[in-house]
Amino acid sequence: MSSLNPLNALPLGFTHRRRRGAELFLLLLSLLVGVGGYAAVGLGVEGAVPVDIIGYGGWLAGLCIGAHLIVRILAPYADPVMLPIVAALNGLGLAVIYRIDLAKLADNEDANTLARDQLIWMTVGVVLFAAVLVLLRDHRRLQAFTYTAGFAAIVLLLMPLLPVLGTEIRGARIWINIGPLSFQPGEIAKLCLVVFFAGYLVLHRDALALAGRRFVGIDLPRARDLGPILVMWAISLAVLVFQRDLGSSLLFFGLFLVMLYVATERPGWLVVGTTLFVAGAYTGFLLFSHVQSRVDAWLRPFDPESNSYQIVQGMYGMAWGGLVGRGLGQGDPIQIPIAESDFIFAAIGEELGLTGTMAIIVLYGLIVERALRTALVCRDAFGKLLATGLGVVFALQVFVVIGGVTKLIPLTGLTTPFLSYGGSSLVANWAIIGLLLRISDQARRPMPELSGGQDYGPDEDDATAVVSLR
Amino acid sequence: MNKPIRTMAIFCMLLFVALMLNTTYLQYVDAGDLNARDDNKRVRDAEFSRKRGAIVAGGKAVAKSVPVKDPYAYQRVYREPFKYAQLTGYYSYIYGRDAVELTENEILSGSDPRLFVDRVVDMVGDNQPEGGSVSLTIDPPAQDAAFAGLRALGNRVEGAVVALEPSTGKILALASSPSYDPNLLASHDFSEVQENRERLLEDEADPLINRATQEVYPPGSTFKLVTAAAALKSGEYRPDSIVKGGLSLDLPQTENPLPNDGGSDCGGERITLTQALMVSCNVSFGFLGLQLGDTALREQAEKFGFGDVYLQDLDGQAVSRFPEGDVDDPLTAYSAIGQYEVAATPLQMAMVVAGIGNGGTVMRPYVVDEVRAPDLSVLDQTNPEDYREAVSSSVARDLTEMMIEVVDQGTGTTAQIPGIKVAGKTGTAQSEADRPPYAWFVSFAPADDPEVAVAVLVEDAGVERDAISGSGLAAPIAKAVMEAVINR
Repeated sequence: MSSLNPLNALPLGFTHRRRRGAELFLLLLSLLVGVGGYAAVGLGVEGAVPVDIIGYGGWLAGLCIGAHLIVRILAPYADPVMLPIVAALNGLGLAVIYRIDLAKLADNEDANTLARDQLIWMTVGVVLFAAVLVLLRDHRRLQAFTYTAGFAAIVLLLMPLLPVLGTEIRGARIWINIGPLSFQPGEIAKLCLVVFFAGYLVLHRDALALAGRRFVGIDLPRARDLGPILVMWAISLAVLVFQRDLGSSLLFFGLFLVMLYVATERPGWLVVGTTLFVAGAYTGFLLFSHVQSRVDAWLRPFDPESNSYQIVQGMYGMAWGGLVGRGLGQGDPIQIPIAESDFIFAAIGEELGLTGTMAIIVLYGLIVERALRTALVCRDAFGKLLATGLGVVFALQVFVVIGGVTKLIPLTGLTTPFLSYGGSSLVANWAIIGLLLRISDQARRPMPELSGGQDYGPDEDDATAVVSLR
Repeated sequence: MNKPIRTMAIFCMLLFVALMLNTTYLQYVDAGDLNARDDNKRVRDAEFSRKRGAIVAGGKAVAKSVPVKDPYAYQRVYREPFKYAQLTGYYSYIYGRDAVELTENEILSGSDPRLFVDRVVDMVGDNQPEGGSVSLTIDPPAQDAAFAGLRALGNRVEGAVVALEPSTGKILALASSPSYDPNLLASHDFSEVQENRERLLEDEADPLINRATQEVYPPGSTFKLVTAAAALKSGEYRPDSIVKGGLSLDLPQTENPLPNDGGSDCGGERITLTQALMVSCNVSFGFLGLQLGDTALREQAEKFGFGDVYLQDLDGQAVSRFPEGDVDDPLTAYSAIGQYEVAATPLQMAMVVAGIGNGGTVMRPYVVDEVRAPDLSVLDQTNPEDYREAVSSSVARDLTEMMIEVVDQGTGTTAQIPGIKVAGKTGTAQSEADRPPYAWFVSFAPADDPEVAVAVLVEDAGVERDAISGSGLAAPIAKAVMEAVINR
């Protein structure tokens, strides 16, 4: 594979700069979004800056600076844009969840508030992010855990189906209870699956790409190589059938398909996979009433018969927001049921308008772009696949959830990364970012001297840098 | 592996572009339509707490918003609620809007594009945006006369009055009975509103229906004007042409002849067309219907507006109709005298006489005269618009002469106004045998240069069957409305 040669991706002699100062500057802008949003919510709803703004702002700043320091020490060459984007999204999500809390409190004094929980989850997420960077000094070590990760993914996916542990919330059996906490193991399973696919495909991609038959201009794979894709297809369908989780099912299968294609460079897999997906989705539509009702709500949202109250309220909210939005605290986002979860994008559309929603889509797009760029410059096949998988799973998730909320595709129910309320999703996504930064650090690090081997530390890095960094 | 990664990058970019386009569509392109939907609570709440513009008739507000101390800040109040209910409509939190409150909602609520600059100024100045006002074409004395005329027959009488200005199509008066109080539906006590609405819906007399425009009735003998117009237009008849009169008309394909009301012989076996209209001779007009055929009658009716929707300012205009398809001869004869399946709104019959009075040209009826910004500057004024050329001016002149005879010495003498020439036509329409007939009167005055054309329908006056007639019940109301306009 010629693409394994990094010189293919970069001009000869080019060395990435560390850009940690840029990261810090962007992080300060992100903090401005988070803390400014929090203050604006207070001003908009109650006419005064929230009393705990110092404590809250300090906490948020502490998390951001802490994350930055970890990156600066442990992954100095990591991509400088990703962390600030994530911090901005998470800060904005917190402010909007706080805003929805206030609206609920205005309605009912005993309402359950979520902003504090979410801040705690963010803290856990940042700790996990740090842990990934601390414990995992080289992403290639994950390759050793290929089958462990695959096994873990299956266990995690099965957990909600267990009698006592699993619970069904709003029709989807994707939750487990641990003491007072409920958790969506699927979010972590997503990460495990990417690791498993990357490890498995690195080993088997030659076999998968080797032989095949050409049919109407497309290289179709051999029948015996269809095994793994059929297994994955079956797993996705099982998720759909037993957990009624349309979104995750789509996500897992799409992820596998894309990674298979990237590993083998054979578009034939996409044709086979898409055919299987369409067949599976259509069968699902015919067999399951909950799939039908989602499609129905999508096609005929204004039909009083269809189960579309939430999506219609979301659309009304976004239309009401218009170009510039009502302003934080000036809209009526609790018209949308459970606005803090899947529909937080609509709540943001209402109060921050098209301007806000465009900014968010662009931020998500930048995360994906940065992940794929990392994949391009990465020097090892495992890292390439890992980064591609993480980037694509992120893109698919954003597309499925925002597309569902804005009625581009049927609503399936996934969380909006970093914005939605929900601990499992937030923690898992922080871990994903940690992993991406780790790969990025490896990829952007200057080429070690040929004799240097793999045992290089930060000090040696400076010695090998071609461009002076300070 | 870089090639497929780049392909995936493009694929992801397409996903995000699709999201951006769709979000733009939702929040910008489609936002107006979504905001205009009835069940959109956000828009409704915001509209409700905004100062809504007034609806004005003759310089006085008949509907306006007054400040109140409740979460909605403003309460819609209707002055003279029963008299103007069909025009203003209601503005209800639960049940939406009706009539002008509905059709002019964008101006009244302040969301009309023509008020864009005002909204920006309000936003910059941190003021609540205000709605603009709507002036009606209604002439209050005529409206008073129309409403009082119906009321004189009892609160529960079922009927309607429409007065038009023939030269412009302005609706000068529009009343429907029984009426209702829109204040009952505009209240902020929603459970009370719900009860009030239930009660109105359960009422067998349907007070929420605007009988002037939303309901069609057999026009009876007033439709003979359309038949006469078709006859004159054919060129084979003139006002002094001799037509068949007598006690009854033998119809083809049936044993049952078509009789006159009350066994009259219309003044002879052979009478003039003028005489036939004057005494409202069923035999003559049934005969004319057979001669002219259903196609000619339908064409003439459609030129006056049958089969069409022409009223934009009030919602739910019913379409007046002449039976479609191949109508056989006996039924054509019945159709020619406004029976069988011929049905018209009072507004439609007012348009027929207004068209005749206006030299044959029917003007498009309208009720919204001007819309104004909150600072009272005029944003838009409705221009009168030719609707259809129903008959030539010479036919219109002949018809007018014949209608003057009706009031001078025919069935419509009760509509005479001293010193003024009035042109009119009575009608007493049978519907079903067990229901009382409908009493109609249509007219315009002064006949040579009309200022007003009126149609009056009294559906159920709660009087004896024999006492129901166009001349007895309907004509006096028409007369009062015409006097109100002419003497203003």
